[in-house]
Amino acid sequence: MQDKRLIIINGLIVGLLAVLLVKFGNPVNMGICIACFIRDIAGGLGLHRAELVQYIRPEIIGIVLGAFLMSYGKKEFNARGGSSPLVRFVLGFIVMIGALMFLGCPLRMVLRIAGGDLNAVVGLIGFAAGIYLGIIFLNKGFTLKRTYTLNKAEGFLFPAINIGLLILLLAAPAFIFFSEKGPGSMHAPVFLALAAGLIVGGFAQRTRMCMVGGIRDLILFKDWYLISGFIAIFVAALIGNIAIGKFTLGFVKQPVAHNDALWNFLGMGLAGFGSVLLGGCPLRQLILAGEGNIDSAITVLGMLLGAAFAHNFKLASTPDGPTPNGKIAVILGFIIVSLIGYFNIEREVNVKVKGGVKVEG
Amino acid sequence: MLKLKGELKLKGNLVDARGRSCPEPVLLTKKAIEASPEGVKVLVDNVTARENIKRFAKNSGYNVEVVENEEGILLTLSR
Repeated sequence: MQDKRLIIINGLIVGLLAVLLVKFGNPVNMGICIACFIRDIAGGLGLHRAELVQYIRPEIIGIVLGAFLMSYGKKEFNARGGSSPLVRFVLGFIVMIGALMFLGCPLRMVLRIAGGDLNAVVGLIGFAAGIYLGIIFLNKGFTLKRTYTLNKAEGFLFPAINIGLLILLLAAPAFIFFSEKGPGSMHAPVFLALAAGLIVGGFAQRTRMCMVGGIRDLILFKDWYLISGFIAIFVAALIGNIAIGKFTLGFVKQPVAHNDALWNFLGMGLAGFGSVLLGGCPLRQLILAGEGNIDSAITVLGMLLGAAFAHNFKLASTPDGPTPNGKIAVILGFIIVSLIGYFNIEREVNVKVKGGVKVEG
Repeated sequence: MLKLKGELKLKGNLVDARGRSCPEPVLLTKKAIEASPEGVKVLVDNVTARENIKRFAKNSGYNVEVVENEEGILLTLSR
């Protein structure tokens, strides 16, 4: 099918670009990681003071602007919002807590597996379990209600904020923090990272690539479309990693990772659970925010604040493993997402199926 | 009120999934064809929902007819 070909090409490009970014300076298995990079941006802006993870990542800016330009060019840019914004903010916050327990978003999870990090396979099992949990709520009629068309100017705000971030990155005023060591100090040249982001954002806008959607659609509808992109990323990154000598199979001493299986499972489970209720993974939220979706922009802001809290409150794992605070936060996260799921079940879903609608000619 | 042009005259079941974000339009469609397997009409307002429902319909063995106007995108699923 022709449309599946495009998402496979999209996946191959994402996988290869991720390896290229590692080759040119990004941390290993972290060519692109939406959660880690939003966390780095939170640090760069001084929202948290974890000195090892502070940088304004141009990949994020590029992804948002790529999606914005592509959607604008294809006349799909559309300012809309109003679908349970605060619930989405909280879910975004919690998805970030789960991702930083595991140390990576769903996209980085695939890249980690492609680098031979078997802890990420445990994460993938947790991720699928979290998605399955979310699907139970979806099948019971979970909904965040409808969106509404907004003033077009509001849709431009989020891309504009990203241009502001780009200016801060390039101008590097004294109040911006850039790590001098650790993962935050490791990065590909700005324009390479920005260009990679633009390509990924533009492509993913066309194909609707989504890590959560891949597994969700496979379980719900036996639809292989989105997961084909997921598999293509894995294949391309695997080949790329072997080619540049960054493939190391095993559980221990994997780059920017820990090997506590239970908490890798639960962290990614929480990220999957929250993302399914949001309707998309962190990458997809960025793309939608670039297209003018204010609900997704709010979700990204939730992730940004979640990342800041994760480091200020010592919730994020380190390569030594999860923290006690992080474990409590993940358990609380499961409880809160379950409550959000329960209280947003639409009781009379059948009302939506109306017989004999009157239509004016 | 739902105003649609003449050629969009509706008969039978209509699912109004406008404003719903992914995957709700597809889930609503799925529920609707379980209730009336002979076919349904679904009204959506974004390209992602249109593509997702088209894919779902084809995978489920339905033919899809798409009509778009300023009110939305109407998909007609039939056997």
